[in-house]
Amino acid sequence: MDLYDFPEMGRGDLRAMRLAIDGAFRDFTRAYGETLENLFDPIRALLVLIETLMINSPWVVVLAVIAALIWIMSRSWKIVAGTVLAMLLIGYFGMWEDTMRTIAMVAVCTLVAIVLGIPIGILMARSDRLNAWVTPLLDMMQTMPSFVYLIPVVMIFGLGKVPGVIAVVIYAIPPIIRLTNLGIRQVPADVLEAAEAFGSDAWQKLRNVQLPLALPTIMAGVNQTIMMSLAMVVVASMIGVRGLGQPVLQAINNQYFTLGVMNGLAIVAIAIIFDRATQAYGKRLQKHSEIGHD
Amino acid sequence: MTDMQAQTQAAQAVTSPGHDIEIRDLYKIFGPEAHRHIDAVKAGMTKEELNSRYNHVLGLHNINLTIPFGKITVIMGLSGSGKSTLIRHINGLITPTAGEVIHEGQDVVAMTPAQLRDFRRRKTAMVFQKFALLPHRTVLENTIYGLSIQGVARAAAEEKARYWINRVGLQGFEDYYPKQLSGGMQQRVGLARALTNDAEILLMDEAFSALDPLIRVDMQSILLELQEELHKTIIFITHDLDEALRLGDKIAILRDGALEQVGTGQDIVLNPANDYIASFVKEVNRGRIIKARTIATPAAEGAPLPDFTVRARSELDLVARRMIKADVRTAQVREADGTLVGLIDLPAILDAMVNPATAASDD
Repeated sequence: MDLYDFPEMGRGDLRAMRLAIDGAFRDFTRAYGETLENLFDPIRALLVLIETLMINSPWVVVLAVIAALIWIMSRSWKIVAGTVLAMLLIGYFGMWEDTMRTIAMVAVCTLVAIVLGIPIGILMARSDRLNAWVTPLLDMMQTMPSFVYLIPVVMIFGLGKVPGVIAVVIYAIPPIIRLTNLGIRQVPADVLEAAEAFGSDAWQKLRNVQLPLALPTIMAGVNQTIMMSLAMVVVASMIGVRGLGQPVLQAINNQYFTLGVMNGLAIVAIAIIFDRATQAYGKRLQKHSEIGHD
Repeated sequence: MTDMQAQTQAAQAVTSPGHDIEIRDLYKIFGPEAHRHIDAVKAGMTKEELNSRYNHVLGLHNINLTIPFGKITVIMGLSGSGKSTLIRHINGLITPTAGEVIHEGQDVVAMTPAQLRDFRRRKTAMVFQKFALLPHRTVLENTIYGLSIQGVARAAAEEKARYWINRVGLQGFEDYYPKQLSGGMQQRVGLARALTNDAEILLMDEAFSALDPLIRVDMQSILLELQEELHKTIIFITHDLDEALRLGDKIAILRDGALEQVGTGQDIVLNPANDYIASFVKEVNRGRIIKARTIATPAAEGAPLPDFTVRARSELDLVARRMIKADVRTAQVREADGTLVGLIDLPAILDAMVNPATAASDD
């Protein structure tokens, strides 16, 4: 037996296999592409709405709304002041519109990730079997190079906002699923038993005990999801998502150092703002556990 | 609703006819194929054999117990004796492998999930060893939990909760979070939460075991005081014999999943069923358990009665203290309604208070 050359599949067979799968997928895309596209229409509509609202409103109003939202979440004047300063600098250096597009994109992606991720995490916490099936899938979503799953997404949806959202959500949804699952599994058994002993049904246990006690962990997941959405902005720009990623891509292609750094720093600034605001919010949720005896 | 109204309502709940809980032929085997081994266990397979040959654990073995309405029944045992398992059968938190738990003619074991929820909401309330309060809710919010999941209107639930928070001595702490309270105070919240449910059956799973000794005695007093007016059916789990003797109208001693002896505290101290129980009660302060009634001797017909009178239900150490203070050697023993039970004298009291086993070893 030849131990030096690996006994691989015949070249012709491999080619035939690839062609067959590609062909089948192409047929699938032709047959169902439009249906799928229509399915995602509400997401595109939402994204366009937020984007238009943020770009077409007076910048002062947008800034005030952002500052107010950050205040509601963090209750910290320091974070609000930092946010306003960062946004003013971004605007002064001519990146206002791109920043608005990126914020809109991240907001929609995070929203989709939360709406899908929290229920999936809850189901995983309830079923060990589902947990065993979904966990490797999540590992795959986080490690598979994003360009690989961009291929089928682009084949179905073409270039634009919707494939961008899908690509970002695939990459950014695992932490919120994982941490929702973890948070619910970590709820102390005795508290859950007490809820049961008083006659709570499954929904009452979820609403009164499991979700509130898991909330700080879930918030850590939301924070991670936002950070990972931002990290995908440049990749998403390759399939036609407009925003801060596009100038970065342009800078890479043309070796515009300053343009790259400026837009890169704008992404960092947004990331820090989101991070601090969500973390402060998560801390406030845990207020009851910080005080007094233990 | 004023406090007065809440009180009358609580009183009414008691005067409505109550029901004993009957535990019949109860077996619990832990393991994936419990049902396959139940017949062998019933036919006499031992706990050790079940464990070594089939890797299943025999949790409870042929439990038959009547838990009387309106009384405190203490289930006592060391850790691993199955007492926490047993109490969880009463509200269906654990399903037995075989047997019945009957209340009001209904078998808790056979209830559908919906029936069981309803039973837990209306008939039972539970207090836990580690308090098991919701950490994100204030004292008040924790206390109304049982009523809120029953769908009771917020205002009514809050009124009741505030009444019971006051009764357990936590007024002023309504808006504190559990973490801000000491262990004893947290368990008062646990008690208030259970009492607010207004249920006939109160399950207390090592409720005071996690507390410091002084606070524990405090909580026992609160419980006894409340029980005097509430007359709930209380099932109290403990590993502490002193606690069992102080609280229990009826005491069931559990060992390795089987009942060793069931009776009043006095029965158990005076007539231990076997060596295990005897070694258990050896260190007990008998003067605090044995009542005057038990050792009173019938008065001879026509003979003159001593002037001094003691209550039949008083414990011996109290009787002895009163008699010594009054400087008398004999006394008449009378029930609360005045009926004469008999006579009692100091040597007899002393004799009963001294533990026979300890006395013998000192000879």
